[in-house]
Amino acid sequence: MGLLVLLPLLIPFVTAALALLFWRRHRVQRALGLVGSVGLLLSALVLLVVVWRDGIQVVQLGNWPAPFGITFVADLFSGIMTVLGGIIAVAVVIYSHASVDRLRERFGYYPLLLFLMMGISGSFLTGDIFNLYVWFEVMLMASFVLVAMGNERAQLEGALKYVTINLVSSAIFLTAIGILYGISGTLNMAQLSVQLSQSQQPQMVTVVAMLFLIAFGIKAALFPLFFWLPASYPVAPVAITALFAGLLTKVGVYALIRVFTLLFVQDIGYTHALLLLLAALTMITGVLGAASQNEIRRILSFHIISQIGYMVMGLALFTPLALAGAIFYIIHHIIVKANLFLIGGVVQRLEGSYYLKDLGGLYRSHFGLAVLFLIPAMSLAGIPPLSGFWAKFTLIRASLEENQPVIALVALVVSLLTLFSMTKIWAEVFWKDRPETTPEPAPLSPSARLQLLLPIIALAAITVVIGLMAEPVFILASQAANQLLSPVEYVTAVLGGTP
Amino acid sequence: MVIVLAFLTGGLYACGLYMMMRRSIVKLIMGLALLSYATNLLIFTVGGLTRAAPPLVPEGETVPPVPFADPVPQALILTAIVIGFGVLAFAVVLIEQTHRSVGTDDSNNLRGIEGES
Repeated sequence: MGLLVLLPLLIPFVTAALALLFWRRHRVQRALGLVGSVGLLLSALVLLVVVWRDGIQVVQLGNWPAPFGITFVADLFSGIMTVLGGIIAVAVVIYSHASVDRLRERFGYYPLLLFLMMGISGSFLTGDIFNLYVWFEVMLMASFVLVAMGNERAQLEGALKYVTINLVSSAIFLTAIGILYGISGTLNMAQLSVQLSQSQQPQMVTVVAMLFLIAFGIKAALFPLFFWLPASYPVAPVAITALFAGLLTKVGVYALIRVFTLLFVQDIGYTHALLLLLAALTMITGVLGAASQNEIRRILSFHIISQIGYMVMGLALFTPLALAGAIFYIIHHIIVKANLFLIGGVVQRLEGSYYLKDLGGLYRSHFGLAVLFLIPAMSLAGIPPLSGFWAKFTLIRASLEENQPVIALVALVVSLLTLFSMTKIWAEVFWKDRPETTPEPAPLSPSARLQLLLPIIALAAITVVIGLMAEPVFILASQAANQLLSPVEYVTAVLGGTP
Repeated sequence: MVIVLAFLTGGLYACGLYMMMRRSIVKLIMGLALLSYATNLLIFTVGGLTRAAPPLVPEGETVPPVPFADPVPQALILTAIVIGFGVLAFAVVLIEQTHRSVGTDDSNNLRGIEGES
């Protein structure tokens, strides 16, 4: 059983290490990239099924008993996140086969991708707060190289901003861990949960909570700490941007949800009210930023920010329904957002530009692509029966039940503006006539066509399936939310019978 | 001793942040380095400063004799130093490349993706 929790880490690690041995043999590296990501997805699925059936799975590394060794814990929320990571990894690896240039492949693109996935899975599965920091660094290091790789001027400038802001965030995170250790004397999250609930210094705990909020808020691109995101995400190759957009900010959201359900629940009136305010501001600024942009990747990047607001809104309301809504939203968002970036990449491949003014007429020339764009775009805006509708519906209902009509109103207005933004892309890229000045579209080779479109079709299909069969997904999300809201289960699973 | 270290840590944080806000990207990297030193020192200080023996367990017993120095903050700092070193090395190479491609040390001249059209 123990191995199962570690497999989502070990599979990317082993395949990445193997791929490093085959340096310069990019065919072997490609194959290993695919093997690693498919293996990650399968092991994550098995893990999720086992957690669903048998409850929370725990591994004590080196068999050191709980508070002393490093613990890995898989509850339903971690399981869901790992599965989503696997899905996006497979999609991005297949898409990369046709979209990433030889130079990047020669400099270790696939091993880096796998190391990134290892860091992401590690962050989802660890049960030790310092170990979480280590996985964040593993993930960041791989992402730094992936952003900067290629050495174009815009990339280097974007990478510099990305690296700086993430290092600041890591420093704040580490500071918070240090103080947390100082006041509680432990790093194990389950034991921290017990210690902090009996803490003699509640003000100090709130101060640490705010440090964690800033550190994870930077990673998750929460208002007012989001400015780095639209400046740095779009500079990477589009497959990488899709992976970052889908997963990296969500690791920040995952960490926020984890610490604000397990550790910092002493002063909900203050911390979670603040989270609600930040959620509203994040939604509004993100969507307004998107409305003012005219480049596909930048529009989508600003939308990531506004969507983060919805997830944090679910956390801030802190009821079972709201948290279930937040988890449902994360499931929906990761799939849809990565897909939109992948479609943007295909548009650029066909027409040679990301700027709306240079694009047009794709509805006439590529009808299939237009349909494939409509599915995630409408889902993002929350049109029934697609996945985004159920996610937003749950969140808004939860906010009305909690007598928070303002946040419900904000969520509705932001969703309307999202629709505006999506129809803007639709009208400019697909509907209007092709500008005369744009050169003829470059045809895709059949193999490139398959490798580019297969992940897009698969992700769009998942969006539709989540929308049509919302109930099983919602049950999964609400079970995960219930687990999050009763930390006793987590604590007993980790520490044994003495919570 | 704690009060001295507290002021030292605070000073390092302040210097680090100040350096990061300068326009020169070389100073930015120095600021990042200072920030990570400040954090390490903070972990060391809040972990508890005790003049005590190393936590060695004598033969035949299961716990070291009190008082002993807490080894955990030191382990954390060691890990953080290693990670910080790796990240800093990458950041130095990155600014070197940026300097070569942009031809300036002034972060005001970085246009990023907004500047293209």
